[in-house]
Amino acid sequence: MNVFRFIFHNHEQVLELTLEHLWLVGISTLFAVLIGLPLGIVIARRPRLNKLILGGANIIQTIPSLALFGFLLPMPWLGQRADRLAILALTLYALLPIIRNTYTGIRGVDPAVVEAGLGMGLTDSQLLLQVQLPLALSVILSGVRVALVISIGLATIAAAIGAGGLGEFIFRGLAMVDDRVILAGAIPAAVLALVADLGVGWIERRLQPR
Amino acid sequence: MHPSSPRPVIEFRDVYYRVGSVQVLLGLNLQVQSGETLVLLGRSGSGKTTTLKLVNRLLSPTAGEVRVNGTPTAEADVIQLRRSIGWVIQEVGLFPHFTVERNIGLVPTIAGWPAPRIRARVEELLCLVGLSPDLATRFPHQLSGGQRQRVGVARALAADPEILLMDEPFGALDPLTRDELQREFLSLQKALHKTVVFVTHDLREALRLGTRIALMEAGRLITVLTPQEFLRSTDPWVAAYVRFLEMA
Repeated sequence: MNVFRFIFHNHEQVLELTLEHLWLVGISTLFAVLIGLPLGIVIARRPRLNKLILGGANIIQTIPSLALFGFLLPMPWLGQRADRLAILALTLYALLPIIRNTYTGIRGVDPAVVEAGLGMGLTDSQLLLQVQLPLALSVILSGVRVALVISIGLATIAAAIGAGGLGEFIFRGLAMVDDRVILAGAIPAAVLALVADLGVGWIERRLQPR
Repeated sequence: MHPSSPRPVIEFRDVYYRVGSVQVLLGLNLQVQSGETLVLLGRSGSGKTTTLKLVNRLLSPTAGEVRVNGTPTAEADVIQLRRSIGWVIQEVGLFPHFTVERNIGLVPTIAGWPAPRIRARVEELLCLVGLSPDLATRFPHQLSGGQRQRVGVARALAADPEILLMDEPFGALDPLTRDELQREFLSLQKALHKTVVFVTHDLREALRLGTRIALMEAGRLITVLTPQEFLRSTDPWVAAYVRFLEMA
């Protein structure tokens, strides 16, 4: 097929953009976990903050991605480099599934098990680290999985602000009205999303508490 | 028990407990003596479990005070208090992601015992509750209901607490296994002489296991009697229970 011939001929560039794409997604998901996990833990223990934090993450999710990239453009240090902007935007989008699943996962731990832990004299942090987080892990991971798949798709739009990634091909293809070029970006992005989905799903099943 | 008997291990002094506008306990006065098995008997919602949770401060009284070994629980270090009290609930309380060994060894582990001592203790406890040491590496879902409950008892005994709180520990078991575990509980108690507070709604179980039976109804303590006194009592509430037993 034409598309695959095109990809084959340009495989160096496809590879380079794929790696760039992975970098954007990987680093932003990492940030989202580093921020989202503690926030999820906080609202699981202080349900009063629940509406505020989940609401905030929800609102971010509703901002159209192209608009968000545009809004962030005039920011001082961030605006200087497109990849910084892209990483920030992707991090913000990835927050909601991670916060929400951390919250749901911890709240979903059998109350009898939590009470048993308390009754045995576990401190708050022992309860969190030894009981609640391990038992919530598969739910948290499924949030990370959703975040990854969303980010891989969204990151294609980062090319609109010059952050690179597989979106380069898609935008170029759109400008050239050339399906082959569009697909040279879209197909690897779809493959990445599938691999991420299956990979994290596999880890999730391995860690499933019984 | 005489009023002149030695200082009670657990003492409720005029304890009230309220959730919102619902009074769960109304002025409970009760003493539990060292080495006895005090059974809290009553219907669902009579305040038995609440009474139990007040001892290890999973709940705090709205008014009045609970004393453990003479110290009001409100003044005690809650973590230390709980670690010095064994707590057995229906089978759901085992940690599903821990092996039997880690479940039983949890309190010794967080109390900082060295690993070989914990391993030896787990083995000893498994024997004590009549389980094979081979089960140590299993997970709770790989055990039968009776085995899980035995693990629960072993876990509560792990750090050799003076007090054991048991909340309907045998309630979810089939009659034969329950009978077996009750028998084992009696022989265990003969050997260990723990101070036990045992919650049940089953009069047979209460009569069989209790040194004394505290009958509760709607947040009030009706009476505290030995099993022999209980069967002869003319108190209308007690008589109602006994009548039901005879019918069954």
